[in-house]
Amino acid sequence: MKVTAMDIYKLLPKTNCGKCGEASCMAFAAKLSQKEAELSACPQLKGADFEKLANMLAPAVREIKIGTGDRAVTIGGDEVLYRYELTYYNPTAVAVDLSDDMDDSAFDQKLVKIKNLEFERTGEILKLNAVALRNKSGDAEKFKKAAEKLKDSEIPVILCSFDPKAMDAALDVIGSKRPLIYAATENNIDEMSELALKHNCPISLFVPNDLEKMKQLSRKLRESGVKDIVLDPGTYIGEAIGDTMDNFIMIRRLAVEEKDDDFRFPILAVPAVCWINPEEDEILTKMKEATTAAALMNRYADVMILHGVDIWEMMPVLTLRQSLYTDPRKPQSVEAKIYEFGTVDENSPVIMTTNFALTYYTVAGDLKSGKVNCYLLVLDTNGKAVDVAVAGGQFNGKAAAELMKETGIEKLVNHKKLIIPGLAASVSGDIEDQSGWEVIVGTRDSSEVPAFLAKIW
Amino acid sequence: IEFKYPVKDYAGKVNEVKLGGKNRKTVKLGGQTSLYRFEEPQPNAPTVTFDVFDIPMNGLPRPIKENFEDVMHSPGEWAQKAVKEFGADMITLHLIGTDPKVKDKSLKDAAKDLEEVLQAVKVPLVIGGSGNPKKDPLVLEMAAEVADGERCLLASANLDLDYQKIAQAAVKHDHAVLSWAISDINMQKVLNKALMKEGLTANDIVMDPTTCALGYGIEFSIDVMTRTRLSALKGDEILQMPMSSGTTNAWGSREAWMKKDEWGPTKYRGPIWEVVTGLTMMLCGVDIFMMLHPLSVKTLKEIGTTLTY
Ligand code: B12
Ligand code: SF4
Repeated sequence: MKVTAMDIYKLLPKTNCGKCGEASCMAFAAKLSQKEAELSACPQLKGADFEKLANMLAPAVREIKIGTGDRAVTIGGDEVLYRYELTYYNPTAVAVDLSDDMDDSAFDQKLVKIKNLEFERTGEILKLNAVALRNKSGDAEKFKKAAEKLKDSEIPVILCSFDPKAMDAALDVIGSKRPLIYAATENNIDEMSELALKHNCPISLFVPNDLEKMKQLSRKLRESGVKDIVLDPGTYIGEAIGDTMDNFIMIRRLAVEEKDDDFRFPILAVPAVCWINPEEDEILTKMKEATTAAALMNRYADVMILHGVDIWEMMPVLTLRQSLYTDPRKPQSVEAKIYEFGTVDENSPVIMTTNFALTYYTVAGDLKSGKVNCYLLVLDTNGKAVDVAVAGGQFNGKAAAELMKETGIEKLVNHKKLIIPGLAASVSGDIEDQSGWEVIVGTRDSSEVPAFLAKIW
Repeated sequence: IEFKYPVKDYAGKVNEVKLGGKNRKTVKLGGQTSLYRFEEPQPNAPTVTFDVFDIPMNGLPRPIKENFEDVMHSPGEWAQKAVKEFGADMITLHLIGTDPKVKDKSLKDAAKDLEEVLQAVKVPLVIGGSGNPKKDPLVLEMAAEVADGERCLLASANLDLDYQKIAQAAVKHDHAVLSWAISDINMQKVLNKALMKEGLTANDIVMDPTTCALGYGIEFSIDVMTRTRLSALKGDEILQMPMSSGTTNAWGSREAWMKKDEWGPTKYRGPIWEVVTGLTMMLCGVDIFMMLHPLSVKTLKEIGTTLTY
């Protein structure tokens, strides 16, 4: 449940001194309730009230940082079960595994692939976040050697071994880089929690399919002083994928609705288990892995370990992540104004699109890759796509004419021709009437714009 | 330490809609009394209906065409292949050729196509128009009569066309109607009420809250469908109908069809885009999926079944 500004205000110093940068304590309280300010900004707040407020403002799911430096990744932080109620925080961290029995060149190749995998969507570069180093050899020395290879790599690491000796050896090498320890189990929990405390690293708790026991062991970790815990109730696939989802949902319900302190932690999933009994065809295994990842990301996974590293497998997973974690309170839009592509002069074509982020970046990407020189007028449609805005009435002659006036486009070019999207054909007459320009209806898809311009311009 | 499973009670339930009739199998949609199977067993597994068209559809993406090229000349054979080889629970016949801008097929020709499919398969049908708001009511009225008593799902009624005609035909010939609103819960309520005013009961309506594909607004669909299902379980009777997803919208996404070497083969991208779109909708409560690619159908069905018991 969200805390109200009033609840917060009651515990603030109420001096309205303004040192927090807000005009009053109430204004600061409002910011805090929206997660737009940090408690530490109020220098007057100390002692018990500070503690009380810090607890009150702590998210339902604890935020945990893995790694250090620029590529460090934060997971958890969620407040709600359904994204429409507020928003989800901290996109799921996606890790891909490496094992300590790979030969050097295979290891390096895969590491480079993991670090470099990326693609662009709506102006954002989507990337993988971490590597999961597995102690597949079962040998502590080998695990340590492999960890050494990751020492100078910026990318956050998940260290995977159930053997405290191996874990100790690897932590000696990279313990200062805040790797996630994976995992404490019923059998090694004492040694592993000691390691987590010694190196100040977050630790996963792996308790397969038994939430009751998970609660006990989580309590035990907390009582030993460990604060940064990640929960793994096991990833079962195939016919048992339902069990996996049930566990994930129950954990998150317990955290958000019951405020059960033993479950208020991020959840870890391992879609890589699809490779234990691979399908007859590697492609099918990859599809299954991506599907499993998508299912569990929809069901609250905060961090996940995969094995495949093909771009076509990762694209749906990372795209789903981007979608799930957009903020429903904010329209996804870019600034409505005039943009220039390539080198422009008074003969350059003038084209128009909407300020929906997806539309703008799709069109911009096409113009760039097609090496088009043009002016692009971006219309404020309240962040709506072309046909949505036409149907909804935001894309109309009056709005288009106003934008053309504001941008002073008639002074930049020596012609009066405007190219609009094919999907906006129905408003072409209206734009002509309102602006006095000739309107050319362009192609349906902006990928065809370069060829279209080559033909008509 | 005490541990209690976080299970809830729900005031409302989702209506069960039965499809199929005198000459065919039956399929049941909806009927849930809880959000999750660990609260109450889910009565009916999600259903997949294969898209079949009344014209050859040369524009379909290659990974789909590959599977159906040999039967695309005949909607009946196309439907048969989807059932026999790919295990379709249902068939959606899109009478897309009736659109004046496509082939302007007459009602009589459309009736023949429908007869052919009715004869060819024993699974229940969804019957879709072309999307032309003028002609669809006429096409669906004709379809209702031709398929009298077979309890098909007429797709679809919306506020921009003569939905009364469609609803009345459904009542007269015992069919269900797909009630389609574009990601707007209030619009959905208005339309559902309007359809019931024409005589359809709560067990004769399936809702299509619109599926925006992965990367193309799927988050809007997630929010709307989640809210719709939660409202149903909280007891809002006008939103207690099962939900449908036009999952094939996924094939419109660039990632599914556009050739681009940096993105890997389209052969894999298309199906996976369809699966992830459908799967996400399934987890928001969707009961019936309109899909195209055999592999994505298989994957979705597998996961769907495991969510039922
Ligand atoms: C997501 C979505 C929504 C979301 C909004 C998302 C958003 N921020 O825009 C929501 C749920 C809010 C919504 C609402 C509505 N929607 Co809507 N929606 C869609 C959906 C599924 C996808 C739109 C999208 O994201 N497209 C992707 C972007 C990138 O495409 P784009 O902007 O068109 O850009 C492409 C081209 O236009 C072209 N292009 C762009 N710029 C330029 C410039 C030039 C010069 C050229 C040549 C080309 C070009 O290239 C781009 C890349 O391909 C479409 C159906 C579909 N699959 O297209 C329906 C759709 C657009 N919606 C529709 C409708 C009717 C509505 C509503 C009016 C419903 C209602 N009655 O309330 C409302 C209107 C809301 C408003 N404007 O106030 C209809 C429009 C029908 C029509 N053409 O008349 C559609 C087609 C669905 C349908 N089949 O009926 N919608
Ligand atoms: S710094 Fe603290 S006491 Fe001063 S106005 Fe801000 S909240 Fe109030």
